[in-house]
Amino acid sequence: MGKFFAVVLTIIALVSAVPIVRHTWWMPPDISTHGHAIDEQLTDTMAEAGFSFLAAQLLLAFFVWKFSERKDSGPIKSLPGGAKGLVIAALILVGTEMLALGVLGQKAWASVYFTPASPNALHVQAQAGQFAFYFRYPGADGKFGGLHPDKIDEGNQNYFGLDPANEVEARDDIVTGELAIPANREVLLLMHSKDVGHSFYVPELRMQQDFVPGLDLSVHFTATKVGRYEIVCTQLCGLGHYNMKAYLNVMAQDDFEKWLKQKASEQ
Amino acid sequence: MKVNHILMSGIAVLAAAAMAVAAPGSGTVSGKVTYEGTPAKQKPIDMSKEPSCAKEHATPITTEGVVTGAGNTLENVVVYISAGAPDGATAPAQAVTVTQKGCQYVPHLVALQVNQELKIVNEDQTSHNIHPLAKSNREWNKSQPPGSPAISEKFDKEEFIAVKCNIHPWMHSTFAVLKTSHYSVTANGGAFTLPNLPPGKYTISAWHESYGTQTQDVTITGSETKSISFVFKAKAY
Repeated sequence: MGKFFAVVLTIIALVSAVPIVRHTWWMPPDISTHGHAIDEQLTDTMAEAGFSFLAAQLLLAFFVWKFSERKDSGPIKSLPGGAKGLVIAALILVGTEMLALGVLGQKAWASVYFTPASPNALHVQAQAGQFAFYFRYPGADGKFGGLHPDKIDEGNQNYFGLDPANEVEARDDIVTGELAIPANREVLLLMHSKDVGHSFYVPELRMQQDFVPGLDLSVHFTATKVGRYEIVCTQLCGLGHYNMKAYLNVMAQDDFEKWLKQKASEQ
Repeated sequence: MKVNHILMSGIAVLAAAAMAVAAPGSGTVSGKVTYEGTPAKQKPIDMSKEPSCAKEHATPITTEGVVTGAGNTLENVVVYISAGAPDGATAPAQAVTVTQKGCQYVPHLVALQVNQELKIVNEDQTSHNIHPLAKSNREWNKSQPPGSPAISEKFDKEEFIAVKCNIHPWMHSTFAVLKTSHYSVTANGGAFTLPNLPPGKYTISAWHESYGTQTQDVTITGSETKSISFVFKAKAY
């Protein structure tokens, strides 16, 4: 019985490692400039945890195989130093591993969250509200008009609550349902929530940030590959959360300018 | 002679009584609703978050806050008698239907009477959650997955209710719940007609979702057709 268990355990451990090693259900290709550091960190963590996992399971299987039919119920052997020594060794080993992952990985985090956006980044505002994302570009004057929640009129496409009748800066603002950006240009996404908590997540961009009601948050990133990518809401926000998404459209610079002009004419 | 007098006055009284008691009148108020100035541009709607609806529109549909026609006419104006006529006694048995199709409310505006049945139908492949933003009536919202049966509701107070979909923010409609049975919603061409009016002094109101309400007083004496017009001032924003 014991030997059979040891064999089953070994098979399960090895089979479960196969799809990880072969990247069967891996992340989509990275289209960002900061993504490789994150991917590296994830791969390192997976490798370290994976080796530890396999070592532990195979060791367990080995001990079960060797000693499962033993009749004597006394201790098998005593390690030099006893249990205390083993525990201290484990603490040092695992602790060092964790520390190493943290120290080596902090650069991936810091490069995204602790560096400021470059001064010529493209500013785009993003508003998350039940149950859609809307985006705003500042228009020719480079300024965003004020936000007035009492003026929000979704039936007439005024999602941000702009007041173009009384504010000059609001008159050229461009509000869209999709986030189009030029490739290879840094984008500063200024985020706020219209109501409850939401989250902005583009897997290909290796970028995820919660919208917290009451806070003005921002993320900055540069996309490198032209294409259309899904932005999904990843913070449960109500009955329409399953349906809440938008599209990130990374375009060549000329196409982006054409698109922006077209959208400006539709305002 | 005296008998003749009595007969004549008797007939006269009967005729007057008959005219007064006759239920539907034969007067009509009709006309057109127009605007002056330049209305705000209607904007195209981005439905990319709902691909099953986006593909139903070869070119994106636009908002319907102001729908105009040839000759500066205005559609979706509710013209109704707000004073001078008794309230509709009982609600009509016929239900009024609003359909969610292509992630749009069809028709954009629905007029019905207090306690008249409203049927809400979902013909899309996606769920909708219809939410009439009622202030005098009871406020409710109801989910309607694709293929589910029609929702049946009614409202017991007069109110112009803005309607939204909780899942698709661009969807917008109005339920005009009226006490009177004399109402007319302008379609393409901006025309309205209020027939079957007994003699009397009436206040006619015209309501538009973006331009507000205007009123006019009209007196009907018999079977004539009184022609009136409403002109709304368009707003740029």
